[in-house]
Amino acid sequence: MRTDERSAPARKGSSSRRVFLRHVVACVLGIVLLYPLLWMLSSSVKPDRLIFSDTGLWPSEFDFSHYVDGWVALDFPFGLYMMNSLIIVVLSIIGNVLSCGMAAFAFSRLRFPGRRALFAVMLGTLMLPAHVLLVPQYVIFSNLGWLNTYLPLVVPAFLASNAFFIFLMVQFMRALPKELDDAARIDGCGSYRTFLYVVSPLCVPAFATTAIFTFIWTWNEFFSPLLYLTDPELYTVPLALRQFMNAEGLSSWGQIFAMSTLSLAPVVGFFIAGQKYLVDGIATTGIK
Amino acid sequence: MTTSTLERTSRRPQDPQGPPAGQRRRTRQDWSGYVFLLPWFGGMLFTVVPFLWSLYLAFTDYNLLNPPEFSGLDNIERMIADSTLHHSLVVTFTYTFVSVPLSLAAALAVAVLLNKGMGGLRIYRSVFYLPSLIGSSVAVVMLWRAIFGANGIVNDVLERFGVQTQSWIGSPDTALGVLISLNVWTFGAPMVIFLAALRQVPAAYYEAAALDGASRWRQFRSVTMPLISPVIFFNLVLAIIGSMQTFTQGYVVSNGTGGPSDSTLFYNLYLYQQGFGNFDMGYASAMAWLLLVIIAAFTAVNFLAQKYWVHYEN
Repeated sequence: MRTDERSAPARKGSSSRRVFLRHVVACVLGIVLLYPLLWMLSSSVKPDRLIFSDTGLWPSEFDFSHYVDGWVALDFPFGLYMMNSLIIVVLSIIGNVLSCGMAAFAFSRLRFPGRRALFAVMLGTLMLPAHVLLVPQYVIFSNLGWLNTYLPLVVPAFLASNAFFIFLMVQFMRALPKELDDAARIDGCGSYRTFLYVVSPLCVPAFATTAIFTFIWTWNEFFSPLLYLTDPELYTVPLALRQFMNAEGLSSWGQIFAMSTLSLAPVVGFFIAGQKYLVDGIATTGIK
Repeated sequence: MTTSTLERTSRRPQDPQGPPAGQRRRTRQDWSGYVFLLPWFGGMLFTVVPFLWSLYLAFTDYNLLNPPEFSGLDNIERMIADSTLHHSLVVTFTYTFVSVPLSLAAALAVAVLLNKGMGGLRIYRSVFYLPSLIGSSVAVVMLWRAIFGANGIVNDVLERFGVQTQSWIGSPDTALGVLISLNVWTFGAPMVIFLAALRQVPAAYYEAAALDGASRWRQFRSVTMPLISPVIFFNLVLAIIGSMQTFTQGYVVSNGTGGPSDSTLFYNLYLYQQGFGNFDMGYASAMAWLLLVIIAAFTAVNFLAQKYWVHYEN
C-alpha cells in the first residue's frame, strides 16, 4: 500500500500494470495450491472409473454413491467417528479456554510470590518437545486404567497443558489497561469476580482464537488417538480414515475421497468463519 | 522474545496514584493467584514427573510388563550400532534440510508478492494459509498418496509432456520427495508471519534507498532482508523443530511401515515402532532423548549463528 502511494505519481501506468501482474501470479499460485483439494472434492462425486482418467474439476457424470457407501464402509457408520471426534473436540475447547485462561490471568494480572519463576517454567514447557514425555505419560495413563477411554485426550486440556494458549492469552491480557482491575477492586470485586466479569468479557477474541485452534488441531490429531484408542468403537475421524488404507487394494478411492471431504469440511468451515482471528493470531503470536 | 516479556512485567512502573503504602502492600500480593494456577499445577505433574522419569527410563530395559531394569549405557551403545536408526535420522534430516529452505523461500517470495499495493489481500492470505491448517491431516496425506500414485494426476500431467511415469509414492527414490512437496505446500503459515513483518518496514527506508538509486533487488537485499531477519530466524527455528518431529505423514503414507524400503521411516516413526510396536520402552525413551539433544543442538547453532546475519534494531 505504502509503496504504491510512493510510486503512484511517478509512473502510474507501469505501477498499475505491475499490480495486475502480481494479481495474475497470485491467482495462478492460489489455483495450483487449491487444485488438489478441489480435485478431491470433485473425485468424491465422480464414478470410480472416471476418478483417475478424468483430471478435469467439473465431473462429466455425477455419482453421490461414494458418500452413501463410504458412510457405512467401516466397522461402524462414519457418523459415530464424527461424533467421537466432536465429543473430544468440545471437551478440549472447554478445557483449554478455562484452564489456560485462568493460568494466563494469574500470570498476567496477579502478583504473588514465585510468579516470575513459575512463568519461566511455563515458557520452558512451551519449548519442550512432546515426544520426550511420550513413554512415561503412556505408562501413567495405562496404570490409571485410562487406555481406551477419552481421558488421556481430554484431561490434559483441563490441566492447561498447552503452553501456547497460555502464552497467547497472557500477551492479550497484558494489553488490557491495569486501571480496569483497580476500578473493579474499588467496586468491591475480588480477583475471582474481576476475572469473570471484567477481564474475561474483554478476552473474547483471545478465547475465540484458542477455541478455533483447539478445534482444528484436535480434530486433525492423529498421534494421541492412535496411541490411546484401540477399540474401533472409540475411533476418531483420522483413525477411521486410515482404516480405508488397510482395506484391500485401495479400490475404493471414491469412498476415501468422500469421507476425506467430510472430515475436512468442519475444519475448512471453521477456518472460513474464524479466519480473521486465525490469521491475525498467527501473524502476532507465531502459532502455526 | 521470552526475555523481553519477562522484563516487561518486572519493569512495570508503580502506579503513583495507587492506594497508600500500607494498603498497597496488602493488595500487591494476591494469593488467589495460586488458585487460578491450580489446573496448571496439576498439568505440571503430568509434565515434570514424566520428563525426569523418561530420562531415567532411557537407561533401563523396560517392556511395560516387568519393572524397569537399570541397564546402564546399553541403550546408547545400541543406538550407536543401530543402522536402521541411523537411516531414520538420514530420512528426517533430508526431509528437514530440503523442505524447510524451500517452504521458507516460497513463504518469503509470496509475502513480498502480496505486500505491495494488492487488493483482496485477505482472500489471498487465507487461500495460501489454508493448506497449513490441514497439511498434516490424514485426509490430505491420503490425497497426496492418490495424486502421486501410479494412476495419479501427476502422472497424467507428466504423460502429456512425454515424461516416463511411475508410482512416485511407491518408489523408494521418490517417496520422500513426495512428502517434501506436501510440506512445501504448507508454506502459508510462515508466509502470514513474514507478511506481518513486511508491513512493519517503514516506507521512508525504501524512499531513501530509491533516491540513492537502489534497484528493487538491491532494496530487498539491503533494506527488507536485514529488517525482517529476526522473523526469518524465528520461522527457521520453528520450522526445523517442527519438521524434525514429523510422524503422521510417514505413518499414513506407508501404513506404519516407513516403506517403501524404509524411505519414509522418519525418526519419530521408528521411535513409535520401537516403543509401541515392540514395547521396548527403555530404548524408545533413549531415542526420544537423542532427538531432544539433536533439536536442542540445532536450535543452539541457530542462536549462535544469528549474530552473523540477524539484525536487531536496538
